[in-house]
Amino acid sequence: MGKINKDLEKATGKISRRTLLGGVIAAAVLPVQSLFADETQTETPGFTDVVDDPTKIVGPGPSPLGKRSLFEQPVRKPSDISSRTPLQDMHSTITPADLHFERHHAGIPTIDPSKHELLIHGLVDQPMKFTLADIKRFPSVTRTCFIECAGNFRTGKTEMTPQDILGLTSQSEWTGVMLSTIFREVGVNNKAKWFLAEGSDAAVMTRTIPIAKAWDDAMIVYAQNGEAMRPEQGYPMRLLLPGFEGNMNIKWLRRIELSEEPYMTREETSKYTYPVKDKIRMFSFELDARSIITFPAYPQKVNKGWMEIRGIAWSGRGKVEKVEVSTDAGKTWQLANLQEPVLSKAHTYFRHLWEWNGNATEILSRVTDETGYLQPTLAQLVAARGVNLGGYHMNPIMAWQIGIDGTVLFKPETINNR
Amino acid sequence: MNKKTVLILACPILLLLMSLKTGFIPLQGKMSLTDSLKRPAKFGFGRPATGQEIAVWDIDVRPDGKGLPLGQGDVKKGKLLYALKCAACHGVDGTERPGVKLPGAALVGDTSANSRPKTIGNYWPYATTLFDYVRRAMPYNLPGSLSNDEVYSITAYLLSANKIIKDDIVLDAKNLYKVVMPAKKLFIMDDRKGGPEIK
Repeated sequence: MGKINKDLEKATGKISRRTLLGGVIAAAVLPVQSLFADETQTETPGFTDVVDDPTKIVGPGPSPLGKRSLFEQPVRKPSDISSRTPLQDMHSTITPADLHFERHHAGIPTIDPSKHELLIHGLVDQPMKFTLADIKRFPSVTRTCFIECAGNFRTGKTEMTPQDILGLTSQSEWTGVMLSTIFREVGVNNKAKWFLAEGSDAAVMTRTIPIAKAWDDAMIVYAQNGEAMRPEQGYPMRLLLPGFEGNMNIKWLRRIELSEEPYMTREETSKYTYPVKDKIRMFSFELDARSIITFPAYPQKVNKGWMEIRGIAWSGRGKVEKVEVSTDAGKTWQLANLQEPVLSKAHTYFRHLWEWNGNATEILSRVTDETGYLQPTLAQLVAARGVNLGGYHMNPIMAWQIGIDGTVLFKPETINNR
Repeated sequence: MNKKTVLILACPILLLLMSLKTGFIPLQGKMSLTDSLKRPAKFGFGRPATGQEIAVWDIDVRPDGKGLPLGQGDVKKGKLLYALKCAACHGVDGTERPGVKLPGAALVGDTSANSRPKTIGNYWPYATTLFDYVRRAMPYNLPGSLSNDEVYSITAYLLSANKIIKDDIVLDAKNLYKVVMPAKKLFIMDDRKGGPEIK
């Protein structure tokens, strides 16, 4: 044993009984742990205890499941149909699994993984069924990317947080199998141009996806940030289509059918479509590039002097090429620093140092992706699509208004007041 | 120097010598190359699905009518079923009424492209979608509980209420997919493709 306790002894000048126990157990995992279990529990201060001087009281010992600090309580913001990620509480781009946004159409099913099967049929050489255990046996791949709802944009008032405005986007490190691996296993008939993906929830949600996506980067994933995926994210398995509308990343995946033509499901006709001039645009799979400043943002207050403007930018078409920040209401733009590594179809953290002189102003961000697409203004979207925009694929540049008192308010730009 | 230290020092020297002689290939790169060469045409995981298993789950309906089941329904039966199983959420006649907030979407309107709200009459491009969706997901409190005849009838009622079919038509697998929806002509495929143009 020795070293840890000797160090402690040196540091504290004595060994309390609890220190001894903690040191011994942590270092050696001795079977005597059970002998002291009851006593250890009663002596261990709870996580909620706050002490004046933490250097004078030994804290709680190891536990089977970690918790957030008592002083940090980021939460999702739920409505009847979705819950939104607290973007303003994130310091980097991975969303903790319990804060990943949710959107489901008939609640979250409880699925016994030992009973769940994935059926693949239609234009294949051999229709097959795979259990979760089967899927896990295939060569696995891990990929970090965002999932964003195609309807992710709220506006309309100044008292809105990043969570209120754009909380239907989150990022995870997903692990699973490439869909192409599974398609090779069943053998794909070359007449197949599309595949239907179906969920095992009470909405039995379906979307049709072009088969090119299967050969490109589509995956069937079962793990999120290193552990089994959360039920609200599709446990035990979901489709992952990097860069495509969140709705297409079918959760609780139970069936894939390969076909010559699309199925025109409810979600791809009466939903997830939007007016463009006098027509209705459908099959808008890729999410175009967008960005948001997450600090400073409502309801924070800022002080005169130096601050770091922070935010995230992403594109469903590839990598973020650059992010520009304006601190003078869009008159001039400066390049922001991008946090490496910049990943394809992934939230990319940006930072820009700024010395605020105390005058009222507006701060904005705009992203350019690797295809050369520059995030548009609302006016540009209106010019391209008409005034009757609908609620999908809205990715305008957004502004925060900073008042002379340091208040930060969202600028709810509308078609009429631009 | 004890034995361990000698070994620790010797290993890098040996590796260095090997690399000088043979042209050093990083171990990891070599392994993954070998791995992909050995990848089999089939892994043999999973099992063949039976026709019976496929039939139980394969409930989708395509715009060309593929997947429409046996059975039939009419407007009169559909109207009754609607009152029993749909009206609680979608309203007595499926229309939007000012000042009334319903749990379900409005389903019935006129067939003009500019009308709001979006309904089956002015926004749904395929009649087959209506059948498919009602069968798989409705009614909300008892999804998947309707018989095929009932789904045909409710589909017939909703199409008739939206003035798309006459109210004496009996719908089945032979005619439902032929119903032309007023909104179909409005739909266009996505033409965005990245790059500088805003679309």
